[in-house]
Amino acid sequence: MITQIRFYGGIHPSEGKVSNKEDIINAPLQELYTVPLQQHIGAPAKMVVQKGDHVLRGQLLGEPGGFVSAAVHSPTSGTVKDVTTCLGPAGATLPAVVIESDGEDKAADPLPPFENWQDADPAALKARVGEAGIVGMGGATFPTFVKLSPPPNVKIDTIILDGVECEPCLTADHRLMLETPEKIVKGAQIIGRILGVKRIIIAIELNKPDAIETMTKAAEGTGVEVAPLVVRYPQGAEKQLIYALTGRKVPSGGLPAAVGCVVSNVGTTAAIYEAVCLGKPLYERVTTVTGTPVVKPGNYRFRVGTLYRTALELCGGVSEDPAKIISGGPMMGMAVYSLDIPVMKGTSGILLLSRDELVQYSPSACLRCGRCNDVCPMSMMPGILSAQIEHQKFELAEKWHVMDCIECGSCAYICPAGRPLVQHMRRAKAVVNAKKRAAAAAAAAAAKK
Amino acid sequence: MTEQTIKMPDMSQLVVSSSPHYHDRDSVRKIMFKVIGALTPAALASVYFFGWRALMVILLCMVSCAAFEALFTRMMGRESALNDGSALLTGMLLGMNLPVTVPVWMCIVGSLAAIGLGKMVYGGLGGNPFNPALVGRVALLVGCPAAMTTWVKPSGCGFAKWVDAATGATPLALIAQCDATSGATRQAADAVAQQYPSVLDLFIGNCGGSLGETCAVALIIGGIFLICVNIIRWQVPVCYIGTVALFTGIAYAFHPCAHFNPLLHILSGGLMLGAFFMATDMVTTPLNRKGSVVFAVGCGVLTSVIRLWGSYPEGVSFSILIMNALTPLIDKFTAGRPFGVMKVGRRASSKEIEAEKNPTKK
Amino acid sequence: MIDVVMLTVVGVLMALAIGLVVKYFGAKADPLAEKLGELMPGANCGGCGFAGCGDYANAMATGKAKPGNCPSMSDDTLKKICELLGVQAEKGEPKVAVVCCSGDDHHTTRVAFYNGVNDCLNAMMVAGGAKGCTYGCLGLGSCARACPFGAIEILPTHVAKVHPDLCKGCGKCVSVCPRKVIKLVPRAAAAVNVYCNSPEKAPVKKKVCSGGCIGCRKCMKAAGENQILINGFLASVNYENPPAESVTEVCPMKCLRKAD
Repeated sequence: MITQIRFYGGIHPSEGKVSNKEDIINAPLQELYTVPLQQHIGAPAKMVVQKGDHVLRGQLLGEPGGFVSAAVHSPTSGTVKDVTTCLGPAGATLPAVVIESDGEDKAADPLPPFENWQDADPAALKARVGEAGIVGMGGATFPTFVKLSPPPNVKIDTIILDGVECEPCLTADHRLMLETPEKIVKGAQIIGRILGVKRIIIAIELNKPDAIETMTKAAEGTGVEVAPLVVRYPQGAEKQLIYALTGRKVPSGGLPAAVGCVVSNVGTTAAIYEAVCLGKPLYERVTTVTGTPVVKPGNYRFRVGTLYRTALELCGGVSEDPAKIISGGPMMGMAVYSLDIPVMKGTSGILLLSRDELVQYSPSACLRCGRCNDVCPMSMMPGILSAQIEHQKFELAEKWHVMDCIECGSCAYICPAGRPLVQHMRRAKAVVNAKKRAAAAAAAAAAKK
Repeated sequence: MTEQTIKMPDMSQLVVSSSPHYHDRDSVRKIMFKVIGALTPAALASVYFFGWRALMVILLCMVSCAAFEALFTRMMGRESALNDGSALLTGMLLGMNLPVTVPVWMCIVGSLAAIGLGKMVYGGLGGNPFNPALVGRVALLVGCPAAMTTWVKPSGCGFAKWVDAATGATPLALIAQCDATSGATRQAADAVAQQYPSVLDLFIGNCGGSLGETCAVALIIGGIFLICVNIIRWQVPVCYIGTVALFTGIAYAFHPCAHFNPLLHILSGGLMLGAFFMATDMVTTPLNRKGSVVFAVGCGVLTSVIRLWGSYPEGVSFSILIMNALTPLIDKFTAGRPFGVMKVGRRASSKEIEAEKNPTKK
Repeated sequence: MIDVVMLTVVGVLMALAIGLVVKYFGAKADPLAEKLGELMPGANCGGCGFAGCGDYANAMATGKAKPGNCPSMSDDTLKKICELLGVQAEKGEPKVAVVCCSGDDHHTTRVAFYNGVNDCLNAMMVAGGAKGCTYGCLGLGSCARACPFGAIEILPTHVAKVHPDLCKGCGKCVSVCPRKVIKLVPRAAAAVNVYCNSPEKAPVKKKVCSGGCIGCRKCMKAAGENQILINGFLASVNYENPPAESVTEVCPMKCLRKAD
């Protein structure tokens, strides 16, 4: 039994998980799929098909464009109709391939499945994770292959599966755990095999008692532990989760590997199982479509490249005009202004907010109430930082550890003055990162001379 | 299957903003009015004990603070911030810090000092380093000490009178008097103690003093309400009152005839009002809990020192203002390390540096 | 009486002590740098490449920099500084900032209502800033706030406008603009500019903005050789060989315009 350690700060927003009783529905085949070539953090994938090519489901569309990058596969069979750009949820324009479905949905030859993954070479398993284009499906979209390649001097001893789903409204991971628990457990064991680690913990919050039960049953006799956790946002954040389960603190600026842990989302883990045991690359994912205006909120298994518009049509459209459309959850998701955005590997949810639920930032001066300090899970000082950033004192903000911000949104959620604290942090982080990049480039140029 | 028309969203009215898209819907305005609500029992008690003029003083301060706030925001060319209720709260706190006999003009001048000197010169709400109501009170106390220390002793209670005419010393003035006689005989001390109100009278507020500070029970009820709605931190009143009790208790233990017992100390004067409503003011006190505790203990120490040895009978206002001035410093030193930031190693001693420089020398 | 005397004596002694300390321990300022510093405009705009006017004055005094790099200095001052340094005056080419965007409210589409911090970089990180064109001016005025000379105005139609008479060409706005819409061009050649920054294909551009360059090449044909350059779908003025003002008449999008 694992005792939970309470991390500092955190909040408990209303959960709004209305779709947690809805079975996962496989979305019907669409005519067009817009598949972005950059669905992950890092370099965009390099396209390997031409306009007019005929492709099959699961066929490679783009190969990794660098070490920190991921492959992209075709969601169905059809022709490459266009090579163009599409809008990403963050507002950036992404290179994309448009696939026109031929309606047959013919699968390409699967990658050779590993019959005995228990005895397979860890390196081969890891290579498969890379080939299948698997990225962190919790939202960060960090290439899993890279995550599973810790530096040689680091000893990993614990694998944590993130089934916390602390983000309100989203239920995709919850349903996945209920419907395919064995895939998740097997996937976890595969990660264990790759990293040579025995200790595997599945973390689930207590607001999902059915998932805890199902997973415990599925994990029986495998040595995988299930850890029920008291509900608290942002427990799903890597650093907080590791602390809650092991009491280890990931050092500032470091990765979980620095404290011997690897955290993997349950969705990612199921994808790893499918890639290794079924030879299926990552071209579909479970996404929650929810929100008050949505007629039929639910959990859908979308092919990557399905437009939000299609997703919303599948849910019966809206009953009232939404005031906000969010890609992701309400705490960390990104507001979008278009429905022509494709579902990507990291799209955990599509959330619509009605006019009544809309929160407008109309900031007044900081009242110094200190609530942001109380809730900041990184125990930073968001109030002081935001004042510094408003006055463009970015260097000072860096000294006050602005770079440690995980952008969980707890501070802005609680701020009675309605200050857009997270946005301030993002700006400072962007400025500091740009400065660091410039300094690194200058150093590299100087070294060349 | 019949083809149903699916309503798709109207995309022209969408709002985009940074995450989070949820908010707990608390606001500055709600906080201010909750505090005003929490002060209401004490205000009613003051009307009960001192007469209707008490209500007049409090309302006058509130109105003039609001008026000055409106005037200054206008002069500064800003949007009116009246509806956040902070000026009303300042006025209420100021009024409750005045004696019932205070002249009308002093209420207005006090409000001017509170809003003008205490708040707007620093750029309005959120920028002021000192508690505006206390700035107003201290300005009046320093400017017109006589009017500010004329206390009415409540004679009988009820909502039927305008104001009591009989004046008398406050409990703390008696304590100061007692301190002055500390060298004298036991009889002299006893004579002073005779005039002293009972603990029960102090607790319900049947004694002389500023309007809002006498009724301890009403203040405690208001304070507990504020703790429950997460507006003030329980550590602040507890540490403040505890520190005062501890220090006056030590003094009492050493000199029982020269000092009063700590229970009388914590129930009399502005301590309850200060501990629950002034030392917890959000703007002028430290940001995090650790800092709040430091702040409260500092206030307690200063209050005890002023009460035991200072020339003023009362030290709550001054101690809170002094600690207000130290708030940025407290914030700096209690900032703490964010999650995962390593402790900075202690500086190497000069010997170690020497050893580092000359590794061969042993 | 005695206290007055005492006080006076103490005062005099302290004054003496302070004077001595300053004389023997005070930081020695370079008199030349000080003189130069007094002549500097004091805007601290950073257009010279140094941290501020004082920094630049020190660099000139120690011979590390040449005069003439300051964009906001008048010719008179420059002459005086050159006399002090005993060098020949050579003023850098005067530049002016141009906001290469026509995307005001009348031309570009608004896709959503942005709610948040009033800063361009912030807005860009939220859904790309809520204007239809993802290359144009966001109109939230980060450049205007950065300008030490108050030369940039945000028009009520949400687009930045440089007032050339106030602009000294220091380039501060260029560095803060997250969209890189503002360009620093030679003042002498800045009579005609292309007010568009989008490299998108013409149909895409037309969908979001009625004032963007569609790459029709009419201006290139109307102008003299090598006066207008076309890169993909975006024309640009060759500032080394600027076209005549009459060329603006041919632009169907009114995107190639005289400087206003």
